[in-house]
Amino acid sequence: MALKGLDIFKLTPKKNCKECGSPTCMAFAMKVAQGSVSIDKCPHMSAEALATLSESTAPLMKTITVGAGANEHKLGGETVLFRHEKTLVNRNLYAVTLCSCMDDAEVDQKIAEIRKVDYERIGEREYVEFLFLNYAGNGADKYVALVNKAMAADRALVLNCADAEVAKAALDVCKAGKPILNGANKDNLDAMNAVATAAGVTLGVTGANVSEIYDNIKALEGKGNKNLIVDCTGKDAKETFANAVLVRRGNLKDQDRTLGYPSIVNLAKIAEGDLHMQTALAAAFTLRYGSIIVMENMTYAEALALYGLRQNIFTDPQKPMKVEPGIYALNGADENSVCSLTVDFALTYFLVSGEYERSKCPVNLLITDASGMSVLTAWAAGKFSAGTIKKFFDEADIENKIKSRTLIIPGKVAVMKGEIEAKLPGWNVVVGPMEAVQLVKFIKDFSA
Amino acid sequence: MAFTPKKQAFNAKINAVTLGTGDRSIVIGGENVLPFYTFDAPIDNKPRIAVEISDKGLEGCVSEGIKAFYAGCDSVVDMAVKAQSMEGASAICLHFESADPNGENKSVEDCVALAKAVADAVEMPILVMGCKNIEKDAQIFNAVSDALQGKNILVLSAREENYKNVGASAGLAYNQKVGAESAVDINLAKQLNVLLSQLGVPDASVCMNVGSSAAGYGFEYLSSTLDRVKAAALAQSDKQLQMPIVTPVSPETWGVKESMSPEEESPEWGPLDERGIEMEVCTASACLVGGSNLVIMRHPAAVATISKFIDSLM
Repeated sequence: MALKGLDIFKLTPKKNCKECGSPTCMAFAMKVAQGSVSIDKCPHMSAEALATLSESTAPLMKTITVGAGANEHKLGGETVLFRHEKTLVNRNLYAVTLCSCMDDAEVDQKIAEIRKVDYERIGEREYVEFLFLNYAGNGADKYVALVNKAMAADRALVLNCADAEVAKAALDVCKAGKPILNGANKDNLDAMNAVATAAGVTLGVTGANVSEIYDNIKALEGKGNKNLIVDCTGKDAKETFANAVLVRRGNLKDQDRTLGYPSIVNLAKIAEGDLHMQTALAAAFTLRYGSIIVMENMTYAEALALYGLRQNIFTDPQKPMKVEPGIYALNGADENSVCSLTVDFALTYFLVSGEYERSKCPVNLLITDASGMSVLTAWAAGKFSAGTIKKFFDEADIENKIKSRTLIIPGKVAVMKGEIEAKLPGWNVVVGPMEAVQLVKFIKDFSA
Repeated sequence: MAFTPKKQAFNAKINAVTLGTGDRSIVIGGENVLPFYTFDAPIDNKPRIAVEISDKGLEGCVSEGIKAFYAGCDSVVDMAVKAQSMEGASAICLHFESADPNGENKSVEDCVALAKAVADAVEMPILVMGCKNIEKDAQIFNAVSDALQGKNILVLSAREENYKNVGASAGLAYNQKVGAESAVDINLAKQLNVLLSQLGVPDASVCMNVGSSAAGYGFEYLSSTLDRVKAAALAQSDKQLQMPIVTPVSPETWGVKESMSPEEESPEWGPLDERGIEMEVCTASACLVGGSNLVIMRHPAAVATISKFIDSLM
């Protein structure tokens, strides 16, 4: 039963104390009704009111926290099926497989490969967040040895091991890092549940089809375990896709809380040995409900495409992506290279810097703070004006850092030329082209 | 109580549009479920891949894999014939890049001659992509549609500025299929479809290109537009948005630095060809899952992968 904001408001203390993080009790009640905040954030609710409310107002999908320290990650917590309906909350994360069947040298080499891909893209660290440790049935010693090696790699772990005894031995050494124990199914449910709850870690549960997955989750919840993740991996891509969609849709659209857990999709299993196919599937599960996507490898080539896609899909439609204001020296630009000015809207930055890079001409790209708006929008909103540009030049200390006194401005704001010249005496302000695609020709002609 | 997932097949469906003629003709669209949701209802016509061939041939091509595939081809016509043998290809997309008046400004007559030569040599359906210059594109589409009458080609694209011209010639006079291009906005997409239908172009002759971008380059706008268009077409039965969607992938993905930057410049990124393939595969997959019924691609390895991907989900 869904409660309305007003029903919840009646049960709040109506003190507007802000301790819940919302400005008023009414605002808090509305957020609770939407499912974006949990009722227990309010410290003044009576126990009675809490009991009445918590069941019916809990977010449909749980947020599960795994890993520890710098490797702590949040999964799930989504409130909608499509980003345009509101926003997606927790981006999908990537895992790469290691196996107890590999020898030490192989493991070391693969960990080294995994660690190579670690870079920043518009303020986000892009790397493989999880190591996915497959147990090959060759004894607890081998598996524990693998876990020990993996622990040294500074990543969160997923133990993929359906043998409760072996899992227990592995958790004994790594449970402080809050790994995920994946591998509960209808045959080992009780034993795996006991091991996972004793170690205090998230348990991954699967089933032959969605109905069996559902029954297994029910059984685990019946034992009081709500720290779960659903392994949606089926026998092939089609089944896995169906599982992932049906679980998420059953949860968010049909409002069944039993299905309200994040997911694992194991592409190393359903597309073994085919890296391109794994990229295709990873892109599909980025859009359709994979929380942890398991790959055999994450090469730079895969990462550049997949992390770019993920960053786009998980941007909040209400908040534009922004890059840091500052000086971006392109193509080996130095203090004598011409300056080109634009706004901090990420898409603008990418298009402009991409075109300049193609031109091979050295340019100091100056990015000014325009609240993440595009050139014309920012100009219309007063966020991109001679005044803001002057302020940016002062704050970033451009005059001292750069000797060149040539400044190219976007063609769309040609009207600002005079004002900028007035604010920045000594600068030669040049009006650039209207569109980014014309920059290559423009800068080549200009530099010639 | 056992859990039975609820089915979500809709009463509305996407229009089925036929491209090409004879044995090699293809049908795109026709489904009444979200992309690849075969667990809700069967999807009769799987999404397809068209191979993009530039009228410049391999000039400017940075991919060794693509060059190797077309090794031995002496002309654009040879390349088009060869492209038919690409694993997973269902159509040929002839891209008149050099027609741009700000570039080589190839004449309309030359474009028509090339289109005719290609059409005579290939059996697969033909898509024709312009140079993005509104006036020149209208002239090319008009002339090519006339010359290729009976071939049931798809012209890409009619835009708000030239839909009357393109719609009247390709769609009405010469009975070809018309691609309606808008820039990642559901309202603009719908408006253009309404305008084309007011012009008299039958709905069954229209495909939509609702915009294109590479993964990482504002793809969220395209993704959300695709999601919204499919939701409106199916859940709300909006007839003006039930046209199948055609998305040019390769012209975008092969223009970003991930696919173009030589290995010497960023050695840690690894071989250029591999990056180009992954960008194309990743972007095409995301378009298809969003709702594209046909994607336009270049690299043989990427085409083979996406074809396999489509088959594995059908």
